Amino acid sequence: MFLRKIATAVAITTLSTGAWAACSFDNDTELKSLSNSFDAMKAVTDAMAECGNVTSTLDVDFKDKMPDAFAANPSLYQIGGVSQGTMVPLLNAGTIRPLDDLVAKYGSHLKPSQLIKVNGKIMAIAMQVNNQHLMYRADIFADLGIAVPTTYAEMVAAAKKMQSYNLVDYPIGGTYKAGWNLGEEFINTYLGNGGEFFGEGNTPSINNAAGLATLNTMKSLTPYMDPEYLVSDSTYVQQQFQQGKIAMANLWATRAGAMDNAEESQVVGKVVMASAPMGSVRAASTNWWDGIVFATNMTDAQADAAFRVAMEGIDTEMVQANNDAAVWLIDGFVAGSAAAGAIATADNGAAPYPSSSPGMGAMHTALGNGLAAFLNGEKDGATALADIEAAYTITATESGLM
Amino acid sequence: MNQKTFFAFIGPSVLMMVLFIALPLATVLKQSFYQTQSVYETLEVETCSPTFTGQVCVKEIKTIPIIGDNGKVITQTNYVGLSNYQNVLELPRVIAAFANNSWHEFMLIDFWKALRFTLSFTLITLPLVLFFGLLIALCINNVAKSIRGPVIFVSLLPMIITPVIGALAIRWLFIGDGVLTSFLEWWLAKDIAMFAQAWTIEFMMTFYRVWHVAPFAAIVFYAGLQTVNQDTIESAIIDGASRWQKLRFVILPHLMPLIVFVTLIHLMDAYRVFEEVVGFSSQAHVISLQWLTYDFLTADLMGNRSIGRASASSMLTMIGITLLLIPVLRGVWNDYKGKRL
Repeated sequence: MFLRKIATAVAITTLSTGAWAACSFDNDTELKSLSNSFDAMKAVTDAMAECGNVTSTLDVDFKDKMPDAFAANPSLYQIGGVSQGTMVPLLNAGTIRPLDDLVAKYGSHLKPSQLIKVNGKIMAIAMQVNNQHLMYRADIFADLGIAVPTTYAEMVAAAKKMQSYNLVDYPIGGTYKAGWNLGEEFINTYLGNGGEFFGEGNTPSINNAAGLATLNTMKSLTPYMDPEYLVSDSTYVQQQFQQGKIAMANLWATRAGAMDNAEESQVVGKVVMASAPMGSVRAASTNWWDGIVFATNMTDAQADAAFRVAMEGIDTEMVQANNDAAVWLIDGFVAGSAAAGAIATADNGAAPYPSSSPGMGAMHTALGNGLAAFLNGEKDGATALADIEAAYTITATESGLM
Repeated sequence: MNQKTFFAFIGPSVLMMVLFIALPLATVLKQSFYQTQSVYETLEVETCSPTFTGQVCVKEIKTIPIIGDNGKVITQTNYVGLSNYQNVLELPRVIAAFANNSWHEFMLIDFWKALRFTLSFTLITLPLVLFFGLLIALCINNVAKSIRGPVIFVSLLPMIITPVIGALAIRWLFIGDGVLTSFLEWWLAKDIAMFAQAWTIEFMMTFYRVWHVAPFAAIVFYAGLQTVNQDTIESAIIDGASRWQKLRFVILPHLMPLIVFVTLIHLMDAYRVFEEVVGFSSQAHVISLQWLTYDFLTADLMGNRSIGRASASSMLTMIGITLLLIPVLRGVWNDYKGKRL
């Protein structure tokens, strides 16, 4: 985790000093933002920077920093980029402020669907929706006459066929890095199989047929992956795609735009997006939203400036310049080919990430830590699931949830 | 020296040690017996969030922490006795594993898996560090005076590099189609994945640690070599001692206190192995005790941390280091007493 902090992030910090014409006002309040690092977020923070005096830190490990940084008084960052998962600790700790008055003042152009409301109060402004979907090399699939896979079993069959042709290093890519990524993969597939994570009173309930089926599905993919899959995160898989090393992967919609970025991709125009593979019940993916929150611990004048700057960051002008970077919720977005997979996945019934379950944080961590032993072959499926439930139970009992 | 002067000299550092070492340790010890929980309430909450097609509002019964008047989450701290230690050590599972006579099962329990790696890492790197340290020191000592400065500088370089950065450098050399993996693949004409199994990762970790620490040992030994009594060496040569005999019977005994010193420092350092696990993101295959503590301290998506278990795990790490150091310290103490007599 540390590593990503230094490696990927080395805080891709953008700092702008002078204001530009693209921003409708001159911001003279010193503002800082903290968010995840992906193309869409970079587009937004770059647009915010045009107003002047905005320093943005884009860091894939932002979620480890954010709760403490926002709890400081005054908060270390005024603006935060969150998803429905990372908003929860901030919401629970009361470190993000209600935005109703600011929206009334500066946000009349926002679409109603962009307003994240908790008990009637606007707590965040959404900018995009996101999920994981199938990305595949259309050229290879067409050459070999393979139909686009719609289930994981079909993916494995396609990979098997591909292997004998030696067109790519590894047919399948996967964000299986032990920790958050691996946990997320399980959650996608398990929800696709109609699984439920919790029983009555936040007790765990993953050691069941759907859980085992999920594990077996995950394991069936690994022989066709880079053997170092347990250290592969989203950025690594994206790069493998861009370098033509893999032919298909269930990857984040926010990574789709990068495939056609001629500066870093060798497969421009060859990668096509389709729906995430179907589980037995729905698409094996989770729907997320990303948005912007504002710290409680800052002056109202700062909040005012922060909100105005953020509105500049997520305006129509930015969307038009970066249409394919995400599935934007903002006015002016035209769903193009990059968004096709994400929309198809949503149409296939992908569930929202279950961030509203209070035990989900502990469950996600337990899954991320516990699944590697199964994929390594150290444990059988039932033992792995039982151990994950046991690890979850310890944490949940400690934190008072159970 | 009279007592007053003695205390005047030693007082400030004792004060600092109490303030910055003893007190934090005592706090950690105390925390390891407590658990802090948020106070929760169960409420119906309506959340409206966007989907691909519009907005969806859901009413759900949620367990959420209560926020107090000061704007902070209300927490309660309970004394839990040894429960944190039990949760770290997982003794019932250990007993079950032994009952089944299964080392494999034993090694699936996080703490013991981490302890196994930490101990073997410490004990394997120690002799290697001493050996290569001495070798480098002897080499430096034998090169011509004119180039000795540059040689010392170059051999010290690994020590200057920040540990995490060094670990990352090794990772990038080997991960995926990294430069060195590509070279090995070309040389051995087969597909190699260095990060796909535990033993290659442990090998790289050991290699990295020895590469990183040996220069420190070398510079200490090199300093010691400058004080070897030349008369003794000369008389050994006159007595017809070989190169090896000179080393074995004159130089090594002279360096012994320094070897003990380097051993002590290295045992303490290596037992706290952490940078390698983080740098190689090896937690799927290899974990260490320090990494385990760090993992307990990492907040999950809901912002919860296991401070109690992290404290317990820190205390256990400290106990482990102490146990490892006892034999070495006893040797030093006996020597010291022997010299006084």
